[in-house]
Amino acid sequence: MVEWTEQERSIINNIFSNLDYDDIGPKALARCLIVYPWTQRYFASFGNLYNADAIKTNPNIATHGTKVLHGLDRAVKNLDNIKATYAELSVLHSEKLHVDPDNFKLLADCLTIVIAAKLGNAFTPEIQATFQKFLAVVVSALGRQYH
Amino acid sequence: MTLATMLSKEEKRLIKEIWERLTPVAEDIGSDALLRMFNSYPGTKTYFSHLDISPGSSHLHSHGKKIVLAIAEGAKDISQLTVTLAPLQTLHAYQLRIDPTNFKLLSHCMLVSLACYLGEEFTPVAHAAMDKYLSAFAAVLAEKYR
Repeated sequence: MVEWTEQERSIINNIFSNLDYDDIGPKALARCLIVYPWTQRYFASFGNLYNADAIKTNPNIATHGTKVLHGLDRAVKNLDNIKATYAELSVLHSEKLHVDPDNFKLLADCLTIVIAAKLGNAFTPEIQATFQKFLAVVVSALGRQYH
Repeated sequence: MTLATMLSKEEKRLIKEIWERLTPVAEDIGSDALLRMFNSYPGTKTYFSHLDISPGSSHLHSHGKKIVLAIAEGAKDISQLTVTLAPLQTLHAYQLRIDPTNFKLLSHCMLVSLACYLGEEFTPVAHAAMDKYLSAFAAVLAEKYR
């Protein structure tokens, strides 16, 4: 069972309440596809992913990026129950989407970097550590139902 | 064939340019990256039990500066990475013996420091190039381990 201090809850809620999901979601997903090109394997039907510019301006990727961030929102609102909250999503990613769970960490790292670029020095080492703890729990929950 | 040869000309140019810009603030970037690593990955602190690594400490700053300057030096001529890093390879293999999984942790925190410092300028393309370079750097550093 994951324990969250009051400070950690506050940090996580703070980060998400100040995020523009329509901006950050697309940026994080696009970055993941550019920095780790093999992740493009899951988006073959999304259209032109030929180069960085194509990926950054692809409307399907943008829509999906926003969707992913709204998915994360559910974890933020259910910090004490992330594993159960994500059980269905985990099954979806395993049985239907067939996503290698190692990829979740890659997207998580890209999201961290996008938020760091946005917040600058306000993204302190302590805040980073808390945010990464949150993402680690999310990643673990998403991989939980694989078998 | 090393990872270093898998960087395109444009990527090598980007990497060289970024580290040239960061050399004057090597101490800030380096100490920031180390602090982030110690906060997110407490196990990494075990390698520094003989130093004072509290925020602002002179050990933290001089160490951070040393690391960034070595990375910047390697960026000047990536094709010569094995030659440039030869002394550091020996140091890490026989004296420091830092488990190489830690290199990934510091690399990630270095990327976060770069993102904080460069903001939007740390584009996905720059990020990709930098990630590849730091991976290559770490791989070369660990070459003499066994």
